[in-house]
Amino acid sequence: MRVRFWGTRGSIPVALTPADIRDKLAQALVAASGRRFESFGEAYAFAQQSLPFSVSHTFGGHTACVELENGREEYFVCDMGSGARPFGEHVLARQAGRPAIINVFMSHVHWDHIMGFPFFGPAYSPGTTIRIHGCHDVLEQAFRLQQSPPCFPVAFDELLARIEFVKLEPGESREVCGMKVVPKLQRHSGDSYGYRFEAGGRSVVYSTDSEHKLEVPSETEGFVDFFRGADLVVFDAMYSLAEAISVKADWGHSSNIIGVELCQRARAKHLMLFHHEPANGDATIEGVLRDARRLEELTRGAHALRISAAHDGLEIEL
Amino acid sequence: MAISHRNYGKARVLAPKGRLDHDNCEAFRADIRPHLEVCARDGEALVLDMSALEYVSSAGLRCLMLAARESGGRSGRVKVGAMQPVVAEIFQISRFNLVFEVFPTLREALASVSAQAAEAFDRG
Repeated sequence: MRVRFWGTRGSIPVALTPADIRDKLAQALVAASGRRFESFGEAYAFAQQSLPFSVSHTFGGHTACVELENGREEYFVCDMGSGARPFGEHVLARQAGRPAIINVFMSHVHWDHIMGFPFFGPAYSPGTTIRIHGCHDVLEQAFRLQQSPPCFPVAFDELLARIEFVKLEPGESREVCGMKVVPKLQRHSGDSYGYRFEAGGRSVVYSTDSEHKLEVPSETEGFVDFFRGADLVVFDAMYSLAEAISVKADWGHSSNIIGVELCQRARAKHLMLFHHEPANGDATIEGVLRDARRLEELTRGAHALRISAAHDGLEIEL
Repeated sequence: MAISHRNYGKARVLAPKGRLDHDNCEAFRADIRPHLEVCARDGEALVLDMSALEYVSSAGLRCLMLAARESGGRSGRVKVGAMQPVVAEIFQISRFNLVFEVFPTLREALASVSAQAAEAFDRG
């Protein structure tokens, strides 16, 4: 199974500012001082291998959109945040005119998770089938609402793809084109749902916009079961623990620390920090990752947990 | 988990020992509740002596935060002193070093409450 991250930011898209670019360039020049590069290739290799990720790259600014490939013809994607626009370009390029079937799994319908759909190219392509799966009763209503006047010039009914809505039930397993899918109710304003995907002996949990109340052990155990042995857990790590359980309690998000603890207990293999706080710059997100890795190191038992921070464009082969 | 306590002037020092995690945090809360009630009633400052605490999980940190709230907070933020290196790192990673007033030693934590508390500590 392959996982591609098209959008990883929480709440609202962000972009690097001119000052951000200038600062990265200045830091790179300082790091490279005294060196001589004979070619673009040498400079590229230096940028790729010797600079911190937060200097040479950016975590990116699109909101949630994560693609899963299971080797079949149909597409699988979680959420239609602004990352759905480049994902749509990818689909159209790969299909080269052939009709596509795209299975969308919606965590919930807050705006940052649906805002990419009006810019999702395949929705304008005749012959495309888009099946939008989710547990919310208001799923179709939300997609139609954001394409209603005066919010957007193209009405939902004017889209050329065949668009179907598929109601799922939490806890009920379903097989979709060779992919086993189980939704789970999560704590978030208006409810959200995580998904566990299994195919070809690999498992991916997509669990964003999910607050974990430490005072409810049964809820915690439920998530440990949901994450159990997963090859990859995509986890909402928007806040620090102190924020998540104090000033931002009931805001519906979680922290890097709770992600580490849940994945350790579930003996998951790889934790992917996701839904980055839009106010956090690249260096701060890198710090959140460094902290999570250090906590894992401090608390590691017999089971080692790999930890990464998602960025737009990241691909993981499981 | 074992929790010892001692008063230095108007500072009530609680010293948890061992690990504070999801398995024992509710028992910990029940054990410290009488102390928190005294703090809230008599205006005593709550000081946590962390020298014997080996590990604290997210659930344990939440219990410490609730204890701070329940102690009444008349003397400002709860003071925490003498953390072992691992616990100190967990406080930093979780940003709980911004929730509590953290001091390298118990004496410094007591001195931030009052000179009288520090003097009482020095007398032993």
